[in-house]
Amino acid sequence: MALDPATVRRIATLARIRMDDAEVTTLVGELNTIFGWIEQLNEVDIAGVDPLAGAAHMALKLREDVVNDGGYPEEILFNAPDRNGDFFAVPKVVE
Amino acid sequence: MLTDLTIAEARDGLRAKQFTAEALTLEHLHAIEALNPRLNAYLSVGHAQAMEQARAADKALAEGDTRPLLGIPLAIKDLFCTKGVRTTAGSKILMPFVPPYESTVTANLLRDGAVFLGKTNMDEFAMGSSNMTSHYGPVENPWKRRQDPSAVLVPGGSSGGSAAAVAARLAMGATGTDTGGSIRQPASFCGLVGVKPTYGRCSRWGVVAFASSLDHPGPFGRTVRDSAILLGSMAGHDPKDSTSADVAVPDFEAACSRSIKGLRIGVPKEYRSDGMPGEIETLWQQGVAWLRDAGAEIIDVSLPHTKYGLGTYYIIAPAEASSNLARYDGVRFGLRVDGPELRDLYERTRAEGFGAEARRRIMIGTYVLSAGYYDAYYLRAQKVRALILRDFTEAFEKVDALLTPTAPSAAFAQGDKSDDPVTMYLNDVFTVPADLAGVPAASVPGGLDRDGLPLGLQVITRPFDEETMFAVAAALERAAGFAALPTLRAGA
Repeated sequence: MALDPATVRRIATLARIRMDDAEVTTLVGELNTIFGWIEQLNEVDIAGVDPLAGAAHMALKLREDVVNDGGYPEEILFNAPDRNGDFFAVPKVVE
Repeated sequence: MLTDLTIAEARDGLRAKQFTAEALTLEHLHAIEALNPRLNAYLSVGHAQAMEQARAADKALAEGDTRPLLGIPLAIKDLFCTKGVRTTAGSKILMPFVPPYESTVTANLLRDGAVFLGKTNMDEFAMGSSNMTSHYGPVENPWKRRQDPSAVLVPGGSSGGSAAAVAARLAMGATGTDTGGSIRQPASFCGLVGVKPTYGRCSRWGVVAFASSLDHPGPFGRTVRDSAILLGSMAGHDPKDSTSADVAVPDFEAACSRSIKGLRIGVPKEYRSDGMPGEIETLWQQGVAWLRDAGAEIIDVSLPHTKYGLGTYYIIAPAEASSNLARYDGVRFGLRVDGPELRDLYERTRAEGFGAEARRRIMIGTYVLSAGYYDAYYLRAQKVRALILRDFTEAFEKVDALLTPTAPSAAFAQGDKSDDPVTMYLNDVFTVPADLAGVPAASVPGGLDRDGLPLGLQVITRPFDEETMFAVAAALERAAGFAALPTLRAGA
């Protein structure tokens, strides 16, 4: 199934990446090449196979459901591009 | 020169007071000053911090302290967060980022007395096999073709800066991360030992995330023993990473001296690819002969889904990356490009901050996870991943270790394999399956090709059986007697 420019624009919107027409054109070509190559997975018989989400050869551990970290706003905000008091600052959201 | 010592030799020399940690660190800093402007292996060098750590090591050594890495100068891939030291992941979007915390792996190395020389260059967000996707420029491989010494070769990737630094004697060892081959392929290209341990052996906490179910921190060394020493310090359970394994860390260094007599070594027939040079096949057969001579039993095995590893990887890794990289929004840390509304800020920041390869992978990942395509791509890939793991599980019922080539080529020139993305992706064909299955794997230098470039052999073992992996790797190392040196190196 071939990706068209409209689909690539839609994905770019979902991914929150601004994209000009030239990049959309480039990506249509590249993504079609990549997905064309990935089509080989359709040869594999996956009937009755359970999906594998991760490679951890163990049971994942649980911990107590308690707050065990936090309380250092200066460190959290240290890398903020813009702040207002103890908050991250962003432009106005117009609905 | 002190820069030529192995970690094991330097450790003994420091304890015997043959030289000081300060002298050892200083010699490395001078070597970096001389060679890094050309190699671009380090993105930042911490002179003052390194000298301070070295002086502290000398003081501790004088008091009889025997921590395993006391005074040993190392390079750290710029994917590991280091407290108070800029950490970029090779990306423009993290150019201003200074972590207020230390990753668990680097904290473990510091606990054991290591000296950090600096942070090394890498493909952006560890996405690449050549170090060409770094925002901070490519890395030059210190190895040169005999007949064409002016060609600038890639060190491999994504941990290309770490590999080049250790090969050129600008560090005694280094950290890397391996998601699809990013430790083992550069180790093969630079004549080093590179180890991707079992998934969960090294904590991912504080390592900038690429594909969380595939990211494996691990070491580079110039010998198998050095890699074992480094992994022994890096590994261990960490409650801050829910996938960190709560299993004891064995004595990896001792495992390097184990006999491999009677071990069953599997040779999987599927580890061949179109256009693979005959000398890689020849080296592989040589490796088989070395292990047979050391007393191992050689058994032909089949891993039938090997060829589907890359296709599976290029769905799963971008899917996880698109999710992990959603955090770079210009709000909490990193680059911000302003816009009239929040939506503009997000989109402009991400367009400006991510390079072409990162954008491409975010697009692939967003697509395969989007409504209507999830089952056809992501779910199918997870099922094929299960079959790839099953191939390994079944093979390990018959054998104790697998021997394969590490990569289908030697180091290639900068700009090669860039015609289309798939050509570059194919370089990881032999390394990707072990990442998908989470099994430990190491690359060991086996010999040189006709151009005088190093080629690696790969040893793969059962989950949490790094000891057998080190034993087999050390047996290959002894038999190969690999003594060739890169053209560009400290003191050359």
